[in-house]
Amino acid sequence: MTLETVRSPLPEPGAPLGHYVSDAPFDPDRLEETTPRHKKFARASQKQLMWWKFRRHKLALASAWFLGILYAMILVVEFLAPYNLHTRHMEHIYEPPQRVRLFHEGSFVGPFVYGRTMRLDMDTLQRIYTDNPADVQPIRFFCSGDSYRFWGLKEADFHLACPAKGGTLFLLGTDRLGRDVLSRILYGARISLTIGLLGIAISFTLGIVIGGLAGYHGGWFDLIVQRLIEVLQSIPSIPLWMALAAIMPVTWSPILIYIGITVILGLLDWTGLARAVRSKLLSLREEDYVLAAQLMGAGSARIIGRHLVPGFMSHLIATATLAIPGMILGETALSFLGLGLRPPITSWGILLTEARSVSVIAFYPWLLFPTLFVILVILAFNFLGDGLRDAADPYK
Amino acid sequence: MLRYILLRLLSMIPTMAVISMLVFTIIELPPGDYFESYVSELTAMGEDVDMAEIEELRHQYGFDQPPVMRYFHWVGGMLTGDFGYSFEYQLPVSEVVGDRLWLTVLVSFFTIIVTWLIAFPIGIYSATHQYSWGDYGLTFLGLLGIAVPNFMLALILMYFANRWFGVSIGHLMDQKYLAEPMSWEKSRSILSHIWIPVLIVGTAGTAGMIRRLRANLLDELQKQYVVTARAKGLSPMRTLVKYPLRMALNFFVADIGSILPAIISGAEITAIVLSLETTGPMLVKALQSQDMYLAGSFLMFLAFLTVVGMLISDIALALLDPRIRLAGRSTK
Repeated sequence: MTLETVRSPLPEPGAPLGHYVSDAPFDPDRLEETTPRHKKFARASQKQLMWWKFRRHKLALASAWFLGILYAMILVVEFLAPYNLHTRHMEHIYEPPQRVRLFHEGSFVGPFVYGRTMRLDMDTLQRIYTDNPADVQPIRFFCSGDSYRFWGLKEADFHLACPAKGGTLFLLGTDRLGRDVLSRILYGARISLTIGLLGIAISFTLGIVIGGLAGYHGGWFDLIVQRLIEVLQSIPSIPLWMALAAIMPVTWSPILIYIGITVILGLLDWTGLARAVRSKLLSLREEDYVLAAQLMGAGSARIIGRHLVPGFMSHLIATATLAIPGMILGETALSFLGLGLRPPITSWGILLTEARSVSVIAFYPWLLFPTLFVILVILAFNFLGDGLRDAADPYK
Repeated sequence: MLRYILLRLLSMIPTMAVISMLVFTIIELPPGDYFESYVSELTAMGEDVDMAEIEELRHQYGFDQPPVMRYFHWVGGMLTGDFGYSFEYQLPVSEVVGDRLWLTVLVSFFTIIVTWLIAFPIGIYSATHQYSWGDYGLTFLGLLGIAVPNFMLALILMYFANRWFGVSIGHLMDQKYLAEPMSWEKSRSILSHIWIPVLIVGTAGTAGMIRRLRANLLDELQKQYVVTARAKGLSPMRTLVKYPLRMALNFFVADIGSILPAIISGAEITAIVLSLETTGPMLVKALQSQDMYLAGSFLMFLAFLTVVGMLISDIALALLDPRIRLAGRSTK
C-alpha cells in the first residue's frame, strides 16, 4: 500500500470499483420486503392514516353518520315534519302516539294509522283516546299538507309524509295544545343542534387566539391567562350560565336571546381549548421550523396560524367535539329552568319544560321523547369525539 | 409540607379576588337597581313610597356611590360576614340563607364519596379487562350517565319512587324539621332523603372519572416496571395493587378539582327539580327576580366551595406524592 491511497480512500471518478455493484436502477421499496398493502400504508398521507384509524372505531363511524344525517335533516325540517311547529289541534289534546300499522284485518294496506275517538273520563277529567279499527287512515307520502315558509322565505306545502285527508298523524303524540310532538322535536333540533355548533365556534376562536398568544408569547400575558382559566374553571358553569342568562333583559326578542345564550355558552367554555392550545404551543414553538419562519420575518400571528395551529388542529377538533355535548345539555338545562330560550323559539329544552312535573310523566309520558333525542345526540358526540381523538395522532 | 400548604393557601387569595370581581360585574350588569324597579312597582300599584326610607337603604348599601366603591364595600362586607341585603325577603342575606349552604356542602360531599365508590372499582375493572364486553358495557353505562340530563333523571326517578315505593322523594328532609335546629331525628331524616340527589348528581361525574382512571391506569400498566414485576412472578393482584394502582391513585385525588364544579352544577339543577333545601332553588329565584345581592352571595359561595375543594385535593395530593410538595407546586 502506497502513501497516496491512504491519503485518499476514494477511488478516482469513473475508475472500476473493487467490489460488486449492481447496475439495476435504485428501487426504494427494495429496502423492506413489501406487500402492496404494506406499501399503501407506508406511503399514505397523514389524512389517509387518520381516516383509516377513525374507520376502525365502528361506534364513532356510526355516530358520524347519525350526526351527519341529523344535521342534514335540520336543513329541511319543514319538509320532514308532518305538521308545522305551531299547528294546534284542539280536538287532539294530549293524544298518545299513534302506531303505524301495515296490515288491516289480515290484508296488507301499506302504512296506515287507525283513527281515534276521544272521550272524557268524568272522574279523573282525563282524555282517553281509543283506536277506531273501522277508520283506516293510510299515510300519504310526498304530499301537500300544512303550508309553511321554507326557511322563512319561500311559501310551500310539500311534506314527506302527511295524514290521510281529514285524518291525523301523531307518531309521537301531542302536547297540551294539541301540537304534534314529532314535528316539534324536529323543529327543536334546528335550535338545539345549532346552538352547540355556534357556541363551540365562539369558544374555538377564543381558545385558539387566547391560548395561542399565551403559549407563544408566554410572559405576563401567559400568567394572566393562566390565572383567568383557573378561575373560570373553578366556577361551576351552570350557576354562572344561569346568572348570565338571567341578566338578559326581558325586552329582548327571542332571536336576540338565542344569540345571547350562544355567546354565553361559548364565552365560558373556551378555557379547556385554550389550555390544550397553550400546552401544545409551548412544546411546538421550540421546533426548528418555527425558528426558520421567525428568521424569514414572519409575524407571530402568521407563525401561529400558518405553521403551528395546523400541527395540532386534529387534536383541537377532537377536543371541541367532546365539548359540544356540554353546551347542548347546558342550553337544555337553562331553557328547562326558564332562564334560557323563550317561546316561540323552540328547542329541546323548551319542549322538556312541558314535562316539568311528575304528573306529566305519569299521564303523558310521550312528552319525554325529546329526552331520547338529547341522549342520542350527546352519546353520538361523545363517541365521535372519542374516535376523532384516537385518530388525531395516527402515528401512535 | 407546611410551606406548601401556606403557599397554596396564599394562591387562593388572588383567585377569590378575581372571582369576586367577576361575580360583582355580573350582579351589576342589569340596568338600574332593585330600588328603582321596587319604587316603580309600588307607584304603579298606587301605594305611597317612603322615599326617605328608600334613600336610607340606598345609602346604607352604597347605591349612591360609584361601582368601584360599591365593589369594595361588598367585598369588605363579605369578609366581615355581612353578605348584603336580600331585597326580596327584606332580610340580611345571611339570615335568608340559613342552613342551605351547609346542606349544599353536604350534598356535594356525599356525591364525591359516592362518585368515588362507584368509579373506583369500575375504572380498575375496565382497565384490567380492556376491550372486554364488561369494559364496553360499563363504559357505555357511564356515558349514559353523562348523556341523560340530570333534571330529567331526577323527574323520572321521582315518578318511579312514587309509583313503586309510594314515597315522595322531593326535599331533603321531612317538612316538619325545616325550621327546627339540628337534632338526631333531623339528621336521620336528611340522611334518608339525601341518597336520591346524590345518586342523580353522581351519575354525571362518575362517567368522566371512570374514563380518566381507566386511561391513567392503562398508561401505568404498560410501563416496564409492571412487566418486570410480572416476570418476577408477582401475583396479578399484587402487581396491580402494589404500584400501578398507587400511581393512578394520585391522579384520582387530583381529579376532585376537576369534577367538583361539575358536581356543584349538577347539584344545583337537581336541587331545583327536587326542590331541595339547598342553594339551587333559591339561586334561581334570586336570579329571576334580580335580587342580586342574594344571587351574588350564592355565586361567591359556590365558587368558594370549589376553590376549597381544589385546595383540599391539592393538599391530599401533596401528602400522597412527595414530588409535588418538594417541588413546591402542583405538576398537574
